[in-house]
This record gives sequence, C-alpha cells and structure tokens, in this order.
Amino acid sequence: MTLTVLLQVAVGGLLMGLIYALVAAGLSLIFGLMDVVNFAHGELLMLAMYATFMVWLATGLDPLLLLVPVAAALFALGFAIYRLLIARALSVRFNRGMVQIFVTFGLAILLRGAAQFSFGGDFKSISTSLLTNRTIDLGGVFVPLPQLAAGMVSLLAFGALLAISRTEFGRALEATREDRDAVALIGIDRDRIFALGWGMGAAAVGIAGVMLATFYYVTPNVGANFALIAYVTVALGGFGSLFGALIAGLLIGLVEALTASLIEPSLKQVGIFAIYLAVLMFRPRGLFGTL
Amino acid sequence: METSITRRRRYELLIGGVLLAALALLPLPIHDVYTRNLIIITVLFAGLAQAWNILGGYCGQISLSHALYFGVGAYVSTLLLTRAGIPPTVGMFAGGALGGLMALLVGWPCFRLSGHYYAIATVVVGEIGYLLALNFDWIGGATGINIPYVRSVGDSWLWLQFRIDKLPYHYAALAFAAVAWLVAWLIEGSRWGFVWRAVKDDPVAARSLAVRIFPSKMAAAAISGALTGIGGAIYAQYVGYIDPDSVLYGQLSILIPLPAVLGGVGTLWGPLVGAAVLIPLSELTRSYLGGSGRGVDLMIYGGLIIVVALARPQGLASLIGVRVRAPAGADDAAAA
Repeated sequence: MTLTVLLQVAVGGLLMGLIYALVAAGLSLIFGLMDVVNFAHGELLMLAMYATFMVWLATGLDPLLLLVPVAAALFALGFAIYRLLIARALSVRFNRGMVQIFVTFGLAILLRGAAQFSFGGDFKSISTSLLTNRTIDLGGVFVPLPQLAAGMVSLLAFGALLAISRTEFGRALEATREDRDAVALIGIDRDRIFALGWGMGAAAVGIAGVMLATFYYVTPNVGANFALIAYVTVALGGFGSLFGALIAGLLIGLVEALTASLIEPSLKQVGIFAIYLAVLMFRPRGLFGTL
Repeated sequence: METSITRRRRYELLIGGVLLAALALLPLPIHDVYTRNLIIITVLFAGLAQAWNILGGYCGQISLSHALYFGVGAYVSTLLLTRAGIPPTVGMFAGGALGGLMALLVGWPCFRLSGHYYAIATVVVGEIGYLLALNFDWIGGATGINIPYVRSVGDSWLWLQFRIDKLPYHYAALAFAAVAWLVAWLIEGSRWGFVWRAVKDDPVAARSLAVRIFPSKMAAAAISGALTGIGGAIYAQYVGYIDPDSVLYGQLSILIPLPAVLGGVGTLWGPLVGAAVLIPLSELTRSYLGGSGRGVDLMIYGGLIIVVALARPQGLASLIGVRVRAPAGADDAAAA
C-alpha cells in the first residue's frame, strides 16, 4: 500500500468522522443537559435523510438548499418530542433511568414503522445533485465532493454550536447543565432550556442527515448503525463534551477506514469498538468527560 | 414467631406453584400450532426477562448485552451437538456455564463504569460478539447452523428433539421459566438479595456498610448470564436453526429486558406479567398487520412501549396489586 493510498483512506475516514461527530454532538448535547440517552437518535437521522430525499424527488431541489429547512423541521420535531414524551419521562417517580431508555426505544420502533409505512422498505438514494459523482484532486489524493462537502458542513455546524455556547442562551444551557435545580432560582426556565436543547440536538442530526443523504442510501433502518457509532463516539469523547465528540468522531472515522482497508472490511466496526473499550479501561468517563 | 415477610413469601411460592400447574395445562386443549408457538415464546421470554431482572432489576445494572449470553448458550449447545454429538440437555448446561462466564468477562471491565457509560459499553460488547460471529466461519458465519434431527435417536427428551409434537418444548420452556422464577424468589429472601438492592439503591451507602460492590455485581451477572444462556440453548433446539441475526442481534438485548421493565423491574411477578402482555401483543400485531411489510405493527408496538412506560413506570404488575417500592434514590437508579 502506497503512501497516497494510505492518505486517501485517512482523508476519507476523517471526513466520515466529521459526520459521526456531528451526529454524536446532538446526542451529547441532550445527554449533558438532562442525563437522557436518546435511543431514537438514529431514527431522527433517518427522518432527516428521508425528508431530503423526498423533497429532492418531488421538486428536484438540490439537497444543499434543504440544509436550513430540514434542520428547522428537525428542530421543531426535537422540541415536540421533549414536550410530549421526555418531559413526562423525566417526571415519573419510579425507575426514571429505565423509563427514559425504553420510551426513546419505543419512539425509535414507532418512527421506523412510520417510515416503512410511508416510504416502503427499499433502498433509496439521491442520484443527481450539485455534488454527486464529482471528485477533487488534492495533490494526488482524490476526495469525493459529497464527502468533502459533508465534512465541511459538519465543521461549520460545530462552529455554530460553539458560537451558540458563547451567547446568553448558551450560558443558560451551561448553567442548566451544571445544576439543573439551582437555575430555577436565577430565573431560567429549565423546561424551556431542555426543550430548546432537544431542538438543537435534533437540528444537528438534521444537518448531518441532509449531507449524508447526498452520498448514502436511505432505508427505515439506516439510523441503527449510525446511532450505535454515535453512542460509542459520545462515550469515547465523554458525555456532554462537544469538543470530545469532535475528537472522538474523527478518531472513530480514521480507525474505521484504516481497519477496513488494512485488516478486513467486514470487521471495520470491531476496530472502532476495540479502540473504544481500550480507552474506557483507562478513562472510564471518556477522553474529555467530566460528568 | 412467624413474620409477615415469611408469610408473604410462602404465599408467593404457593401462587407460583398454582401458576406453574395452570401453565402446564394451558396448551393441552389448544391444538392450533400458531397459538401453541405463541405460548411457548411467551413462556420463554418470561424466563429470559426474569433472568435479566436478576442483574438489571435486583442489582440495578442496566445491562444491554444479554443477547450475547443468549447467543453463547444457543451456539455452545448447538456446536456440542453438531460437532461432538453431545445431547442438548447436557449442552444446555455447558451453554449456561459459558453464558455465565461470558457475563463475568463482560462485567470485569464494564462494572468499573457507571450509569450510561455502563449501558453503552454493554451494547458495544454485544455488538462485537455479533460481528465476530458473523465473520467466524467455523461456527457457520452469516449462514448459521441447521440443527439436525438425530434419526438414530428419534423423539427424545435427552436429545430435546421432537419431530412433530411441539408440546415438549412448552414443558422445556416452562421448566426454564420456573427455575428462573425460583432463583429470583430465593434471591429475594437471601442475604444476596438485600445486598444487591443496596448496591442498586445507593452504592456509596452500601459500601459504607462493608458491602463489596464489585463482587456483588459479578455474582448477579454470572447468575443472570447463566440462566440466559440456558434459555438460548432451549430456543435453539426449539427453532432448529440459529444464525447471528436470530440469536445475537443487538435489538434482542433490548427485547429481553423489555417485559421485565414494562412489567415491573426488580419484582418477582413483573417479568411474567410483562411477557404475558407484551409478547402476544407483538406477535399478534406482527402476524395480522405486519404481513405486508407496511410497518403498522411496528408503529403499534412502539407506541405501546411508550404508553406503558409513561403511564405505568412502576410496571404493569402494579395493576394486579404487586407492591413496588420507590427507593429513596429512585431518580438515580440508572446512575448507580
């Protein structure tokens, strides 16, 4: 294997890693705020991909134009999921930890069923857009344009999340994360912050979903694999840490690509999981976790 | 003097015995194959959920890797049968032993983690097992293993094989569920049961009373994993074919605890009640609404899980008068 091929693999892995990181960022945000692991996270990604595909199919609009509308729609969906389900799951008196796991798991099954009902079970993919079937030559390393664009958009989204954390609202988020009971005393509406946190988490996944749809097939079950990687990314980076999600996402993308090309493609996830377990042995709270 | 606790425990044993007798008679008037299969799967899942309950309910460790122990049990007994000619009634216990051993192997690193870190680590371990089995050709890889009908033996309890009659599998599943229930009953009354519940409710306080947290979790994991492995072996003999997608897949790790969680986690009757409600509902919606692949069955099933979890967080068993304690640290049960 030549150096160029190795570079090619590494760049591809890192770009995929940026997508993983963005999916994980949404999960991590929600977890950091309220200790809830969203087991329907992959299904939110799946819905964003279907939304992109369906609008593209119906109108021919380029997926890139759908970034903002789909992110907004997912924001509304996340907000609604919090108000309708999660707020209730957080207020139960018994088994709160398990109730939230199984409520979001039930939601995942429901959304998968709804997708199958509405769109059928077959694989769908976007065949024409500004990005498809183009590659860019970076000094001998050929990078497919959809992946490159997806990686760049993910980075931008990370920038936006960081920018938001510097605002008044971001400080309210941080305060709620630190002590969710005390914030009520300084006039922060905790319930509203939680709902907005869910909206932002879902919007992050929405952006990842639009970009992913430009080069990845969509099925009702597409979310499962990405969700699994997202859980690993979040646990590896440390629950609640945005920076941790970014670094862990990149690491996972890289390890996955290297395992697939150097060892055996069908074992690429074993490579990721092995790294994850190895890191957890030394840092039980992930690379950057403090919670 | 007789305390109210010993009296209650004797009642529980009595009710369990009556229930066992009733369940033994239940399939006799039913000759329809579909309904009998439904009953067998329900009883099997009642046992599996009870097995999970020992680690997840009494000891409070939300393990999401029980598909691994189930799969290990199924594969070990099947491989002993196909490769070494050892009867499944023996292989079943080997499968159980390895299931328990596997639970210890998983527990060794994972019990150092807490809360969601633990839950996700167990998901990942289960997924690694699935991926390795998928790529391990000696155990059939993705094609799986067909369990042969040993002709020289014929229908036999020792070989747990019955060509036409499925009723014996009902008794095998029932015996398994009864043993799982009895183990849970014994644990509830034993010192271990109190120690595990202390580990679940407040690990810090438990440690201050000289409870050794890690060995307690490991003991619960070993028992839970061993029972789950035996369940896997019985399932393999019943369906006659196993592959990673039927005995090791990730979602199974959620389907096994589901009856326990919705029925009443950490209770004696919860897993039973949960399985009795959930498994028939999911099977019936699948066969009546899922045939066309339209996803309606999944929507109903998912919606049902949400509604039950939110409306009865203490579990369905509370509807029939099973008392569920709300421990002082109930909020943090997951974080323990």
